[in-house]
Amino acid sequence: MGNLKLLGLKKSPWVFHLAAAACNNCDIEILDILTPRWDVERFGIVLVGSPRHADALLVTGVINRKTLPRVLRVYEQTPKPCLVIAVGSCACHPHIFESSYNVVGPYDKHIPVDVYIPGCPPKPEAIIMGVVKALKRL
Amino acid sequence: MNIIKTLFSYIIFPGFLFTAVVGLFVTWIDRKVTARVHWRVGPPWYQPYADFLKLLLKETIIPEGSSKIIFLLGPILGLIGMSILAVMLFSMNFNPHTSFVGDLIVIIYLLALPPIGVILGGSASRNPLASVGASREMTQYFAYELPFLISLAIIILKAGGHIKFGDIIIAQHTSGSFLYSISGIIAGVVIFFTMQAKLSFVPFDIPEAEQEIMAGPYIEYSGVALAVYKLTRAMMFFLLPLFFISVLWGGFADWWAVLKFLVLVVLIVLVKNTNPRLRIDQSLKFFWLGLGIFSIIGLIFAFYGL
Repeated sequence: MGNLKLLGLKKSPWVFHLAAAACNNCDIEILDILTPRWDVERFGIVLVGSPRHADALLVTGVINRKTLPRVLRVYEQTPKPCLVIAVGSCACHPHIFESSYNVVGPYDKHIPVDVYIPGCPPKPEAIIMGVVKALKRL
Repeated sequence: MNIIKTLFSYIIFPGFLFTAVVGLFVTWIDRKVTARVHWRVGPPWYQPYADFLKLLLKETIIPEGSSKIIFLLGPILGLIGMSILAVMLFSMNFNPHTSFVGDLIVIIYLLALPPIGVILGGSASRNPLASVGASREMTQYFAYELPFLISLAIIILKAGGHIKFGDIIIAQHTSGSFLYSISGIIAGVVIFFTMQAKLSFVPFDIPEAEQEIMAGPYIEYSGVALAVYKLTRAMMFFLLPLFFISVLWGGFADWWAVLKFLVLVVLIVLVKNTNPRLRIDQSLKFFWLGLGIFSIIGLIFAFYGL
């Protein structure tokens, strides 16, 4: 039963794009991989508008005091099992923003993260590779 | 024995199971044709089945403060309606004499069940976007039902005043398809656009406009309930072209029907992919003033036997 669950998740991961205070660069790259040029629907990946329909959350940006409650809420709203994929250098680690009064640390301090995709912004190929790695690990 | 036969026809063939499997395949055709229009490869053939399996095995969340029974009843209502519709369409096409008086009316009501389920579920889910979607769905329903009913009146007139579904099919077997006449073409165009709206495809996907109200009435649904909605939609996508073929294009008891069915499905998908979304008031105007008057003209033609 558990295997069947993961097989379904592997073959049709619907992603919800959760932009938590990013500079929008990673978001543009995420929208880029949904265009016909990269065509991720080959792998069954579809962008959905509601976290209730999502199997994977693509989180971008440095998490701060304002966005943390929203991110936690969206994570709780997503039906389990779900993947969390941190896209971009900011989502992996706060880097130059680390000492800011407003920053509350990287994502994995608050929610379980499955894959980190570094890059500022990561190339579309890198994002696809990260998602495929996450799915292979299941 | 008779009871087992009836149960078999409702649950396995041609009712629930058969319609579900073929309907999911039709949604694959939709996605693949869409992909080819976009000049990309598109999903593999098993994609709708994988989506359905995944949704069945996911957690189903019932939002806090929603009315639970209606929230879960919404999806099932449409599914039941579509299963019964499948049995009626198939039995009356392959054996038109099993028809009973007024079954065309029953079919109109069965086609109304999925929108009612969506409205109920959307209103019960306690989400502002879902209620916006539900109210749009209601307006849309009232918009497309008027020209749809008038064009069904054209068909009844052409069948010589017979309201039995079987008699409409027999009339087409004896005197040729209704589609090959002026009033028949008018009814065909009207029913084609109505199908597009019933499936809520672009340009009439106003109730679930992805870019403005996310998924509309479906926004709070997850897991099994969402899977049932998707399945209902897939079954509708299979049954509505069959309904079109049986009332206008000579029934589907022969192999030509497969070709007719594919032509209709691809036409629906092409219209879906080449049009922008209308606003709800534009859609109402299009159906009442545009197609409504158009179908009344068709009714006049049908009255004079054209």
